[in-house]
Amino acid sequence: MSTTLKGIPAAPGIAMGKALFLDGEELSVPRRSITEDQVPYEMLRLEEALIKTRHQILGIQRKLSEELGSEHAEILNAHLLVLEDQSVREEIINGLRSQKLNVEAIFSDVLQRHLKAFARTEDEYLRERTADIEDIRKRVLRNLLGKQPDAVTRLEESGIVVARDLSPSETAQMHKRHVLAFVTDIGGRTSHTAIMAKSLEIPAVVGLASATKKIPRGARLIVDGTRGEVIIDPDAEAIKRYELEQRRYLEVGRQLLHLKDLPAETLDHHKVILSANIELPDELPSVIAHGASGVGLFRTEFLYLNRQDFPTEEEQFEAYSSVAKQVAPHPVIIRTMDLGGDKFFSPLQLPSEMNPFMGWRAIRFSLARPDIFRIQLRAILRASVHGNLKMMYPMITGPEELRRANEILHEVREELGREGIPFSKEMEVGAMIEVPSAAMTCDLLAGEVSFFSIGTNDLIQYSLAVDRVNEKIAYLYEPTHPAILRLVKQIIDVGHAHKLWVGMCGEMAGEPALSLLLLGMGLDEFSTSPVQLPIVKQVIRSVEYSFAKSVTEQAMKLRTGKEVEAFLTASLKQVAPALVE
Amino acid sequence: MPPLHKTISIVHRQGLHARPAALFVQAAKEFSSRVTVKKGRKIVDGKSIMGLLTLAAHQGSRISIHVDGPDAAEALERLIELMTTPLPETPKS
Repeated sequence: MSTTLKGIPAAPGIAMGKALFLDGEELSVPRRSITEDQVPYEMLRLEEALIKTRHQILGIQRKLSEELGSEHAEILNAHLLVLEDQSVREEIINGLRSQKLNVEAIFSDVLQRHLKAFARTEDEYLRERTADIEDIRKRVLRNLLGKQPDAVTRLEESGIVVARDLSPSETAQMHKRHVLAFVTDIGGRTSHTAIMAKSLEIPAVVGLASATKKIPRGARLIVDGTRGEVIIDPDAEAIKRYELEQRRYLEVGRQLLHLKDLPAETLDHHKVILSANIELPDELPSVIAHGASGVGLFRTEFLYLNRQDFPTEEEQFEAYSSVAKQVAPHPVIIRTMDLGGDKFFSPLQLPSEMNPFMGWRAIRFSLARPDIFRIQLRAILRASVHGNLKMMYPMITGPEELRRANEILHEVREELGREGIPFSKEMEVGAMIEVPSAAMTCDLLAGEVSFFSIGTNDLIQYSLAVDRVNEKIAYLYEPTHPAILRLVKQIIDVGHAHKLWVGMCGEMAGEPALSLLLLGMGLDEFSTSPVQLPIVKQVIRSVEYSFAKSVTEQAMKLRTGKEVEAFLTASLKQVAPALVE
Repeated sequence: MPPLHKTISIVHRQGLHARPAALFVQAAKEFSSRVTVKKGRKIVDGKSIMGLLTLAAHQGSRISIHVDGPDAAEALERLIELMTTPLPETPKS
């Protein structure tokens, strides 16, 4: 039985190989007494080690700027500054004089004191800097002790690097030839290590919490850097599945340039809108590179997380208008804040809930805190003159909430009007349909909005009563379940009957076989993660619309999710064998 | 020249960490004046990266920059400019 660990996807791609451990190299720091007159000699040894370290870092910087460009090399500037930091040097001299210990011990103590201070802060960016300081500490110590530079360069076989954490300088020295992928216990999506892994095109999963403990020595691993999963000792079936995924991923890479500028339309010219889901404005270059014609879901939580205060109207306005401008003339759909659930909101210190996915979050939170909600609405409306902006409310459960949210929006519009602040009066407003009650009452919701966007991740989880995070029942999470097919079909049909357009922004829209089904259902807009875009585009460009419609018609008659899945895969194989094989 | 100081809010999204801190230290070192940075009750050497990082100043934090020495006016102007102009975005995708 194989185990799957879930972490943060840091760099996309799939790799399989043997686990190579990089951690555990705790440098033992010798401690011995010195006399007062040995202090200058110890200082001299430190200076030499610092100079040596400086040369090593400059070497890595040179390599980085040749391979990845100078902006990556700049990351190591902070390293260089620590090496020449006068106040650190003073602390060391004082330590040598007062404690009369060798310089290895004093240097290591001083840096560890700083490390502890950083590790205590609430600040994610600052906590990530601890990896940099620890890297410096080890490098200088190795030079003081006359040891080999570092472990990454000593890797003798190729495999998947498993480590508690990796410093940017360690990541920089990794080579695709040796390092097939890497996985770490700590680190976030925004860490330099994650950014570099992407540029180096090495699949990576970070933030796995206890990968170094759970992965046995010598285990075989599959790393799915796109989904953020690590499979330990996979069975034959998993290996087969991932070999297929890997081929697909490579295929996508090959097709990317070719498909980028081609329209998302079927062989018989039925057009759909293919757009991307983004979490941070920084993802836009990737969205554009993957050939999206807009942003179908712009999550706004990033503005609220990891900080002690609320984002101001001005700050939000800047973020929204900058994305709108970059994507124009294509549309950008902003989802109003979806805080709560698994998304921790620091300024409010929300109490933890037993069942957060069904708790105080999303539109419920917004309606309960109109003071915070209005600021976001003002910012969105103001940004609407800078591009093709639309907005939608998350987690609507019925007409009442939608009406109340629209009332607040109306008030904010009037307020801006009175203040003479420009905003687009035609901005489309939509509702996310991700709760079964909304799906079943979408005819009642239709009159209040211009579009529906189906959020499948939650819709499936709520409809099938499956907690997606629970491994034991993961098999029940079935996008092809007849109940899901009926719900989705109903939402699209009702939307169209009321002259609305209907989109989808869940993972379901990015699965090739399912995209064939959704196309046949008449879905107008597919929004998915940028890496899945080319593959969905290829499915759409490989079929006749009439073929997709007949596939959907037959799929709707099947009795189980497994039958639907097999049927869709077989149908896709007929038209686009490369995507299935 | 008398010592000068000025209080500002951090505009950088990442706060006074990493790149902004490195740029600050690099700029401070170009001047012979003594540079100290204060946040709340903490006072650190503006030419020390470790010191600046310890301030844990994030976006919106108020810090005051104190400069003392022959090129104080010039140094203060340069450092304020650096802290109040948004940085070009770091590569991220």
